[in-house]
Amino acid sequence: MTAPDATGRRLLPWAAGPAWFLAALVTWRWPDADDFPATNPLAALFLAVGLALLAAAALRRLSARAPWAIALGLGFTAWEIAQAKLLWLPRPFFGTPQDLLDVFLTDWKKLGDSLLHSLGLLAVGYGIGAGLGVAIGVGLGRSPHFRYWVRPLIRLVGPLPPVALLPLAFVLVPSGRLASEALLALAAGFPTTILTWSGVAAVDPAFYDVARTMGARTRFLVLRVALPAAMPQIFVGLFMGLGVSFATLVVAEMLGVKSGLGFYMQWAQGWAAYPNMYAALLVMSLMCTGLVTLLFKIRDRVLAWQKDGLKW
Amino acid sequence: MVTHRPLGLALDHIDHGYTIGGTFTPVLDDISLTIAPGEFVALLGPSGCGKSTLLRLVAGLEPPRAGTIRAEGAPITGPGPDRIVMFQDPTLYPWRTVRGNVALGHDIAGRKDPESVDAAIELVGLKGFERAWPHQLSGGMAQRAALARALVNDPRVLILDEPLGKLDSLTRLTMQTELHRLWRDRGFTALMVTHDVEEALLLATRVVVFSPRPARIIGDLTIDLPPHRHRDDPRLLHLRKDILVQLGHSADW
Repeated sequence: MTAPDATGRRLLPWAAGPAWFLAALVTWRWPDADDFPATNPLAALFLAVGLALLAAAALRRLSARAPWAIALGLGFTAWEIAQAKLLWLPRPFFGTPQDLLDVFLTDWKKLGDSLLHSLGLLAVGYGIGAGLGVAIGVGLGRSPHFRYWVRPLIRLVGPLPPVALLPLAFVLVPSGRLASEALLALAAGFPTTILTWSGVAAVDPAFYDVARTMGARTRFLVLRVALPAAMPQIFVGLFMGLGVSFATLVVAEMLGVKSGLGFYMQWAQGWAAYPNMYAALLVMSLMCTGLVTLLFKIRDRVLAWQKDGLKW
Repeated sequence: MVTHRPLGLALDHIDHGYTIGGTFTPVLDDISLTIAPGEFVALLGPSGCGKSTLLRLVAGLEPPRAGTIRAEGAPITGPGPDRIVMFQDPTLYPWRTVRGNVALGHDIAGRKDPESVDAAIELVGLKGFERAWPHQLSGGMAQRAALARALVNDPRVLILDEPLGKLDSLTRLTMQTELHRLWRDRGFTALMVTHDVEEALLLATRVVVFSPRPARIIGDLTIDLPPHRHRDDPRLLHLRKDILVQLGHSADW
């Protein structure tokens, strides 16, 4: 019973390359319905991907991802036929694969620059917010005095969506960049603060007793007991903060900052350059998923002691 | 590595209690007890009577409401690595490996002494598990790791808060034997809370019996039996009966 199944699993990787060759062939030989840019480079790109997949199949590096590789090849073929060859959907709102490729080929400098600006803004704002969030959360979890003064402020300001402060921030703070960084810090800081607090407050008091009987002082109790014990919760907060930061970043770049992927998209919409918008969306999505992946990689390292099954 | 300098303790008219929901509950009532260096004292009493509270005071985790506790004549004002507590739960840090947990005392003191960590791990029979995470250990192994974590500090008093209470009966027997061997080899003072009369009689040189809460001392027996004791020793059975009577069970139980 397993024999045909096993044969299928062995042959499947060899189908991935041909699926992309099909996309290349359709793109190259079937005439375009309109005068699209970059049709031949696209065919070449499909061909290159197909060859790479064949090589991967030969090296037996493709088994688990083979179904996805085949589906993508067929998907690009279908998209190519539906839009570039038959023009089923109205232009310019719906682009073709070659439109998208053309944007990357001609406008990569501006896209890359926008990406770097977005990343820079995010790194500073999120980094400050995450650091402050952990520090304030530990303070709230450990010190009644700190809690007395800070908790009301957190309750007042924290739940406010950071974008609601944008118009005010751009007026109050002379630099749009600085204003955006402050709001990103707020966006990342609130969930991190609350989850750190919750994690620190939930630390088993016996963990402190163990360290105290061995002579540990407050510094050790905070840095080497409370923080590692709260780490699982802290990472939930960091993850939530990252999500709110993305939203805040895009709105900030669309409204005030004159650079970044949000600004690029706004600009592309102004010129009805829809392929550019799709390209920017794709870059933004890759940036966001890349950052989430990075966070999860760090988490898996820090929380190696946990027996949990979440796999991003 | 082994220091044979057990600590003597003197508890002088200790009163203690807790205020819960506005009402004060007395827990310890006028406890006076002198413990000679190197004694193995078992504190025996009904559960919830306040024995564990007494251990917390001796460890220095809380100050008593009244009375003083002295170690070698000096009042105890806080916790210190000469008095190490082993709790009923292993309370290993889940984010540290077995090795990291055993090295906790060294980390706190800012000391590097990997040899003594290895020695303590080997002593409790966990060699080969140095890199295991606590969630990978059985209850008995986790409690052994906690014992190693205590021993690596070379305590002059080992404070044992029912450390074997949650183990299965076979593991418990083995651990009792090992605790006794460690105490004889290393010569620390041991102060152990238990509500297992047999365990107290097997291990201790002296058994102090407490009343129900608020705890008062109602009996103080020196166990004049050889260090290698057998559970079936008629003298042990006789003492056991005496203690159970003191704890309120009738003689014909």
